[in-house]
Amino acid sequence: MHDQNCCAANSSHNSSGGSTLLGYIGIDTIIEQMRKKTMKTGFDFNIMVVGHSGLGKSTLVNTLFKSHVSRKSAGWARDEKIPKTVEIKAVSHVIEEGGVKMKLTVVDTPGFGDQINNDNCWEPISKYINEQYEKFLKEEVNITRKKRIPDTRVHCCIYFISPTGHFLRQLDTEFMKRLSHSVNIIPVIAKADTMTLEERQEFKQRVRKELEVSGIEFYPQKEFDEDMEDKSDNDKIREAMPFAVVGSDKEYQVNGKRVLGRKTAWGIVEVENPNHCEFAQLRDFLIRSHLQDLKEVTHNIHYETYRAKRLNENGGLHPISSSDTQESNL
Amino acid sequence: MSFSSFPCTMRVSVCVSLKQRNLEGYVGFANLPNQVYRKSVKRGFEFTLMVVGESGLGKSTLINSLFLTDLYSKDYPGPSQRIKKTVQVEQSKVLIKEGGVQLTLTIVDTPGFGDAVDNSNCWQPVINYIDSKCEDFLNAESRVNRRSMPDNRVHCCLYFIAPSGHGLKPLDIEFMKRLHDKVNVIPLIAKADTLTPEECQLFKKQIMKEIQEHKIKIYEFPDTEDDDDNKLIRKIKEKMPLAVVGSNVVIEVNGKKVRGRQYPWGVAEVENGEHCDFTVLRNMLIRTHMQDLKDVTNNVHYENYRSKKLAAVTCNGVDTSKTKGQLTKSPLAQMEEERREHVMKMKKMEAEMEQVFEMKVKEKKQKLKDSEAELERRHEQMKRNLEAQYKELEEKRRVFEEEKANWEAQQRILEQQKLDASKTMEKNKKKGKIF
Repeated sequence: MHDQNCCAANSSHNSSGGSTLLGYIGIDTIIEQMRKKTMKTGFDFNIMVVGHSGLGKSTLVNTLFKSHVSRKSAGWARDEKIPKTVEIKAVSHVIEEGGVKMKLTVVDTPGFGDQINNDNCWEPISKYINEQYEKFLKEEVNITRKKRIPDTRVHCCIYFISPTGHFLRQLDTEFMKRLSHSVNIIPVIAKADTMTLEERQEFKQRVRKELEVSGIEFYPQKEFDEDMEDKSDNDKIREAMPFAVVGSDKEYQVNGKRVLGRKTAWGIVEVENPNHCEFAQLRDFLIRSHLQDLKEVTHNIHYETYRAKRLNENGGLHPISSSDTQESNL
Repeated sequence: MSFSSFPCTMRVSVCVSLKQRNLEGYVGFANLPNQVYRKSVKRGFEFTLMVVGESGLGKSTLINSLFLTDLYSKDYPGPSQRIKKTVQVEQSKVLIKEGGVQLTLTIVDTPGFGDAVDNSNCWQPVINYIDSKCEDFLNAESRVNRRSMPDNRVHCCLYFIAPSGHGLKPLDIEFMKRLHDKVNVIPLIAKADTLTPEECQLFKKQIMKEIQEHKIKIYEFPDTEDDDDNKLIRKIKEKMPLAVVGSNVVIEVNGKKVRGRQYPWGVAEVENGEHCDFTVLRNMLIRTHMQDLKDVTNNVHYENYRSKKLAAVTCNGVDTSKTKGQLTKSPLAQMEEERREHVMKMKKMEAEMEQVFEMKVKEKKQKLKDSEAELERRHEQMKRNLEAQYKELEEKRRVFEEEKANWEAQQRILEQQKLDASKTMEKNKKKGKIF
């Protein structure tokens, strides 16, 4: 609201607490300007799903973004063979909501943990993540940079834990230990409708303890809490993690409403009902409150760690110009 | 208790080969089935059940539900409560009594199966266990005193498949391929309350397709002569692999007390045929086909093992052309052959040892002789030395005697001279005095 009193703010004292304005300037309109800009440019979000086959990864991603965005959307037969090595399949879609465009990329990892011998099945994944950082680094280091560097870095990795009800598998701890320092890992208990509520609580506690003991820092990491408000919010979330989720893309009629759910012979599991499972919590956390934070942590912390390591390795990077045919020292 | 193992010639029915004779009165051998029944009941039954699957698939809960006992209770937690780094094979025995019939139930659990990162050869301990039990039975059968032959062979192996909804994992296929000719394998879909009915159907079809593709021989229900039974059996066959849910917690539903799992959206009843196939499994395993499982184990799997084992024994170190003929001989003759071979081998070994012994003795003797000769030589030499010394000594003595004699002679001469001198002095004195 632009008022008539856009007079000069005569504040001669440089206090650290900020000076009081004598009239309305209009600085707060910057939020509106930013919003307009973001809506025009849209933004990218890359999410990776990792877990054994049959844990409902693709279904969950479809449910999260309420559309068919998983790799199974592009033609999939139910009896698709399990691949012999871990493959990385990335599928991109542009989805729009409220005028905001988002380019969502879902990176799937079929074949993870499915073989008899699963040694080093995390290597292809680690390599992929580092490759994305490398691509971004190369672009950044160019003399003539593109206006907007395409961001293919993995912002978030959702790791699916099998609902055994007992302990974490060895493969789970190995994977998370190795990757928690290069990407944001969000552990999630898959197919939560296998367990009753008490079993779920017990399992969650055991998993959390095991993660603590192994020193695995999942997102939101404690060390990156910026202030007290963040800390208290994140603490609440950390207490509730890992979320026990159920995914479904079918709708059923319950009490006159149409809800997403799974119909069994003894009842309908409602996906968005907080008494049934924690999908709603996961969705709010992931999309409605921490989406931007995920991107920032990836950019400011994980990417910077990678960059520092690379720069220290080679003793300096030489930027290349796009017109020069000289090869860089990268 | 089925009497399927009962020889059919005892039935009072028309057999084609025998001429039926009309009995003049009541003889009473119609009572024979009861006698067999009573005898078996007194003896009691044994049954060994093996459960295999990754941890967390509900194996212990299912066992508890099947036999309505707390085999794995809070005080004695099952293997699932402990993390295992390598595959172990553990057995627990339980004695169950019902209606006067005793059942010694042995449950063999395999904690740690499929839990490591590298699961190659995780089936090896299981195979070793099954083989060792068959071997025990084989040895017990071949003994002279066969009074007590405990039957610890694994009669049935329940393989738990994780309810992924997609298909079999490579580990499942590999395991079943290796065990289908050693033990009766019954695949089960664990934690079936994860799947909706449609997903369950698709999953079952997918699994059966893959089982046929890989030519895995799972346990087949035998056809009986009864038509009604056949219908039931066909229904069961359609439902394979059975999707089960286990629970021992009693919950009230609509005023009835049922065993089930309580969810916020409903109760999954364990014994409800529409919810899962638990009742089918229980009836099949315990009420109708327990004896058949034992028979198949005894007649098919055990015999396979036995013939393989015995053939391997006779094949050791013998020409392959000979063994082909030997395989058709009866086992007794084979054992005789074996014994003869063994005896011959012993004799040969004995002869060899004798030879070696002789050689050694000869050597020793030679050595002794040599040393004896040596000693003799030395002895001679010493004697000669001694004689030489003796001679020398004699010489010396002679010289000494001579000297002595000389000296004595000289002494005498001296004495004589002295005497002569004294005599002349006396004479001189006498002469002197005259002067």
